[in-house]
Amino acid sequence: MKTLYTEASSNVRKTWALMTGVFVLIIALGWIFSQIYDSPGILVFAVALSIVLNVTSYWYSDKIVLATTGAKQIQKSDNPELWRIVENLSIASGLPMPKLFIVPTGAPNAFATGRDKEHASVAVTAGLLQIMNKDELEGVLAHELSHVGNKDMLVSTVVVVLVGTISLLADFFLRMSFWGGGRRNDREGNGNLMFFLGIVGAILAPIAATLIQLAISRKRESLADASGALLTRYPEGLASALEKIEQNPYPTAGASSATAHLYFTNPFKADAGDKKKTPFFVKLFMTHPPIEERIKKLKSMSL
Amino acid sequence: MTPSTIIAIVIALVVLWLIFAFNGLVRKKNRVQEAWSDIEVQLKRRYDLIPNLVETVKGYATHERTVLEDVTNARTTAMSAVDPKAKLQANDQLSNTLKSLFAVAENYPNLKANENFAKLQDELTDTEDKIQAARRFYNANVRDFNTSIQVFPTNLIAGAFHFTKQELFDVDNPTEREPVKVQF
Repeated sequence: MKTLYTEASSNVRKTWALMTGVFVLIIALGWIFSQIYDSPGILVFAVALSIVLNVTSYWYSDKIVLATTGAKQIQKSDNPELWRIVENLSIASGLPMPKLFIVPTGAPNAFATGRDKEHASVAVTAGLLQIMNKDELEGVLAHELSHVGNKDMLVSTVVVVLVGTISLLADFFLRMSFWGGGRRNDREGNGNLMFFLGIVGAILAPIAATLIQLAISRKRESLADASGALLTRYPEGLASALEKIEQNPYPTAGASSATAHLYFTNPFKADAGDKKKTPFFVKLFMTHPPIEERIKKLKSMSL
Repeated sequence: MTPSTIIAIVIALVVLWLIFAFNGLVRKKNRVQEAWSDIEVQLKRRYDLIPNLVETVKGYATHERTVLEDVTNARTTAMSAVDPKAKLQANDQLSNTLKSLFAVAENYPNLKANENFAKLQDELTDTEDKIQAARRFYNANVRDFNTSIQVFPTNLIAGAFHFTKQELFDVDNPTEREPVKVQF
């Protein structure tokens, strides 16, 4: 029988497997390029640049995200009911109380951000507060707090660093070959084969890395669904919140593709509309698992 | 590699594993204790609110002496309980007496209109929720600890160092699920 616990640990395993995949890609690509150009410096430089860029954005993630979405911080007196739900869920999950924000937009959605549990922020949209009852709100907030508890900001930063490194490497390579092949060593045959491999790798690796990044994002969402349900002991709350959101036709204003993975459901509504099973190819490019799949999983959970 | 090197490596690995596994168990045990003290923080908050509530109700509902006494007694029993299980049972009892008190309060419009009473009722309901939440966190930690001392091979260490199973305190206990009987 599939319980919430096995669901959670299988998600963790798959996340690690995917991350290892990206790492292997980086090493393979770096190795091919340094073979071609005889300079291991490329790999080191790409990794360093990617780390600096992304660690900075990770460190200030809460400020950046909250500023771009126009979220306003609230105190207990502004919305005691919401405050208490979050306070109680924090106690139940052993997390410190996060900062709470409301995004003044009508589309129902929510997200969590911040570099660790001490600097966590949870934001909900005004639209979410409007249409959800207490159980549903609790389900959504438990999902968001699970992101905090599961260290998803850290996970996604690591993934973005890895994927960014791959894109940088590929970019360097394509530029250098454009400028005449550089210091390519001209041992016939072997050199040309490596160069061909390099071009193919430079084109395919970033695509593969992005697909892996999206797959990890979907895994973390399923994981947050599962651990959120474990927290409230009431998966139906989140399931019915998702159903309500599925029926809501408006995309979340203020969301960009850069912040899409943060949200509780895909802010662009790519998966709404038809009730059919989402085709595999479409699913590959989604930041969240299809809503109908999430609802089905939540409803089949045995506690 | 000589056989003696291999033996040395194996012994080193086993010792390392012993250290990590033992420390892991200690950490989890401490987490359970910490979660228990979180429950006690919330229980204490409730004990502190009750005298105020009793005083407020006394001023309006003079005929409800027994209900008030029940609450006060249940609070005293809960506060003097030492054993965790007894403490939580006493607190469940306290929750029930509070429910009866609030049900009785429905009959006194003036009391219900009292701002202080409304605030206390609100605070107590919230504390009740927080106690439940803290218990859930405690249970999650106990479950985690109990699993680690039962699975192989950590159970060997747990047995050798006398780590014993901790008790789960289920949130949904049957007395709470029953509707409160109110007599008028």
